[in-house]
Amino acid sequence: MKNAIEALKLTKRFGTKVAVRDLALTVAEGELFALLGVNGAGKTTTIKMLSGLSLPTSGDALLLGDSIVKEPQKVKANNGVSPQETAVARNLSVLENLELMARIYGANKADARANAQTMIERLSLESVTNSKAKTLSGGMQRRLSIGMALISEPKILFLDEPTLGLDVLARRELWGVVKKLKGKVTILLTTHYLEEVEALSDRAGVMNNGVLVAVGTVEELMEQTGAGTFEDAFVALATRQEAIA
Amino acid sequence: MNRTYAFSQRNVKELLRDPLNLAFGLGFPIVLLLLLTAIQANIPVALFELDYLTPGIAVFGLSFLSLFSATLISKDRMTSFLMRLFASPLGAQDFILGYTLPLIPMALGQTVLCYACAAALGMQMTLNVLLAVLVSLPAALLFIGIGLLCGSVFNDKQVGGICGALLTNLSAWLSGTWFDLDLVGGAFKKIAYMLPFAHAVDAGRAAVAGDYAKIMPHLWVVIGYAAAVLIVAVVVFRRKMHRDNV
Repeated sequence: MKNAIEALKLTKRFGTKVAVRDLALTVAEGELFALLGVNGAGKTTTIKMLSGLSLPTSGDALLLGDSIVKEPQKVKANNGVSPQETAVARNLSVLENLELMARIYGANKADARANAQTMIERLSLESVTNSKAKTLSGGMQRRLSIGMALISEPKILFLDEPTLGLDVLARRELWGVVKKLKGKVTILLTTHYLEEVEALSDRAGVMNNGVLVAVGTVEELMEQTGAGTFEDAFVALATRQEAIA
Repeated sequence: MNRTYAFSQRNVKELLRDPLNLAFGLGFPIVLLLLLTAIQANIPVALFELDYLTPGIAVFGLSFLSLFSATLISKDRMTSFLMRLFASPLGAQDFILGYTLPLIPMALGQTVLCYACAAALGMQMTLNVLLAVLVSLPAALLFIGIGLLCGSVFNDKQVGGICGALLTNLSAWLSGTWFDLDLVGGAFKKIAYMLPFAHAVDAGRAAVAGDYAKIMPHLWVVIGYAAAVLIVAVVVFRRKMHRDNV
C-alpha cells in the first residue's frame, strides 16, 4: 500500500520553543491515523504543517508525493481540513456553505450545486438545507464543517478534534460519518477522547512535548507500555520523561 | 476567477444579511440627512444646505464600510473560517480581491441612495451629482483599505472600537461635514487638512457646485491616502497569511 503522508524530520520552532521535533511518520493511503497528546503536545502544529497552513522550520513532508515546502498549492488541492473550531460562514445556509467550498476547489456552479446536494444527503443534513449555519446546533455545525472539508473529495482529510464539545449522541453521529469514510480517504485525526481512537483508528501515535514517542495499533500501544487499558497506556506515553528532556 | 467570484459572492451575502450593516450603512446617513434638513428649514442661516451637506454625509456613510469589512475579516479569523480557507487553493490575490471588490458596488449604491434621498428633499439633480458620485470612489477605496487593514490586525471587539467609534467620529468631525472648518480654524483645521476626510468632502462639494478646477487638488490627497492604505493593508494581509497565527 502506498503512503499518503510521509513526514521527514518535520520540525517547528516558535522562537526558542520547539513545538514539533524531528517528526517522522508515515500514514498509508486509506488509513485512519489518530494523533494523540495532551494540550500543547504539538498535534495541531503538526496538522497545520501537513495541511500547508504553516511552514516547517526544517524538514519536509510528502503528501501523495508532493512536498509541503516546495508544492504547497498542489498539496492544498488534495487536502480537506476541518479545523478545531467549527469553521463555517455563519450567515450562509448549509447549501451555500457547501457550494462555496466546492467552487473554491474549482467546481463550476452546476457541479457545486449537485455536489452540495449529494453531501447534504450523505451527512443527513436535509432538514437544515436552507437554514443559516449560525442557527444550527453544535453537532450540526460540526457535521457541516466536516462536509465542507469533504465536498472537494479530498484524498487526505485532516480532522482536528472533530468532536470537541459535542454531546454523546452528536459525537456518536459524527463517528458514523467518519466510519463511512474509512478506507476511501486517508484521515489524520487529533482527539482527546481515547474511546474515539479505539472506535475509529487503524493506528495511533502519541505526541509528548513535540516528539512522537510511540506509534501502533491500540493493542500494540497497550502492549508496549504493559498497560491494562488504553487510557493507562496513553498516560504512560504522554508523561514519559525522556521526551521532555 | 471562479474562486475569487465565489468568495466575493459569499462576502456580499455575509454583509447584506447583517441587519446592523444595513441600518448603519444606509439608514443612519439618511436619517442624519433628514434630521439636518429639518433643522435647516427652521433656522435663518444657511448651515445645512443640501448641496453642502450631502457630499459630507456621503463620505460619512462610506466610513461605515471600514467597520463592515473589518468586522467580517476579523470574525473570519476568530472563528477559524479563514484558517479553513487558507488551507484551500485560494491565493492571496483571491482573498484581497474577494474582500475588497464587493464593497465597491456597495459603496456606489450607498452614495447614490444618499444623493437620491437629497433629491427627494429638494436637491437639484444635475450631471454634477453624477460626477460627485464618481469623485467619492477614492474615499470608498480608502475606507475599504482601512477595513482590510484593521480586520487583518484586530479582533472583532477591537474593530468595533477602532472602526466603529474612533474612525467614524474622526471622519465625521475632521471632515467639515457638520460645521465649516474655517469657523474653528487654527490647529484643528490644519490637522483636518492633513488627513484625507475633509479633502474627500471638499472634492464632492466642488463636483456638486460644478467647480471642476477645485476637484483634483483635493482628490489627489484622497487618492494618495487610499493608495498608501491599500498597499499597507495588502502587505499586512499577505504577511498574516504566511504567519502561524492567522
